Amino acid sequence: MSHGSASSAAPKAYFAVFGALMALTGLTVWASFLHLGVWNTPVALAIAVTKALLVAWIFMHLRHAPKFTWFVAAASLVWLAFLILITTSDYVTRAWLPIYGR
Amino acid sequence: MADAHAAANSHEAPPELRHHFADLGAQREASTLAMWLFLVTEVLFFGGMFTAYVVYRSTYRHAFEGASNLLDLTLGAVNTAVLICSSLTMALAVWASGAGRKKATILFLVGTILLGGVFLGIKAVEYTQKFQHHEVPGPHFVVPMDEATHQPLPRQSEMFFSLYFCMTGLHALHMIIGVGLLTWLIVKARRDEFSPRYNTPVDLVGLYWHFVDIVWIFLFPLLYLLGRHTL
Repeated sequence: MSHGSASSAAPKAYFAVFGALMALTGLTVWASFLHLGVWNTPVALAIAVTKALLVAWIFMHLRHAPKFTWFVAAASLVWLAFLILITTSDYVTRAWLPIYGR
Repeated sequence: MADAHAAANSHEAPPELRHHFADLGAQREASTLAMWLFLVTEVLFFGGMFTAYVVYRSTYRHAFEGASNLLDLTLGAVNTAVLICSSLTMALAVWASGAGRKKATILFLVGTILLGGVFLGIKAVEYTQKFQHHEVPGPHFVVPMDEATHQPLPRQSEMFFSLYFCMTGLHALHMIIGVGLLTWLIVKARRDEFSPRYNTPVDLVGLYWHFVDIVWIFLFPLLYLLGRHTL
């Protein structure tokens, strides 16, 4: 949690991340008009994940945070993956079996 | 000598230090960790809606792509930029408060509030348009036309708008709470409560504000950009 040590370097990094976030926003709008077939959504999500990581790493100071904070932050993704994957595994596999009420 | 120092320090414990923490560093670390734990629960709070989105979008792909094209791309993109600007001013406010710059701290906090207000204002304009176009789910919903094929969209386009209003509404609620927290920070900053030694409240509200930004970073492409390639 060294805030004082990087006191002048921090704003520079913030402006750099700001520029990157703006550029990636333009990129995702541009990419959404391309005919990428099934790849439109993966490309949009890849850009969104990149933006989210930049915000978390620099703006939210994960870069300077203790390892245990990284662990907690990463845990959110694990639980989110459980939530989405287990739910969709139900919806995806329902059509496989001729069960009444599916 | 060392004992004398320790005794002197315990008498002059900083007013920000709660007695159950050994020092301000331990207190800051515990507070930050607790905020991250709260954000984990927030991820799952929004995660429930994202899961519903995944299920219904994969089931009604065509309806979702057509309905997504009815959202105002310009307003959505401008709002994304506004929110990124507000994250920058928030990050700078955290930095300024940690550097002991009171005026800059207040200035950046006010800037963050103003940008949050612009975001909410644009959101209000978008919601108004949706009401005027009968695209709000409920008894007044009229199945809209597909801008790509000029045929009526499937009935399930209403499901897209249900998710649109729930997800952006919950996000906007977080923004409103954030604006309240920022106002509280300005009051504290004016009272000289922050210093390089202690700026934890600014730091934690910053974490919250950036998290809300991250939610929008995912909402924008998932709601506004679904069917643009079909136009």
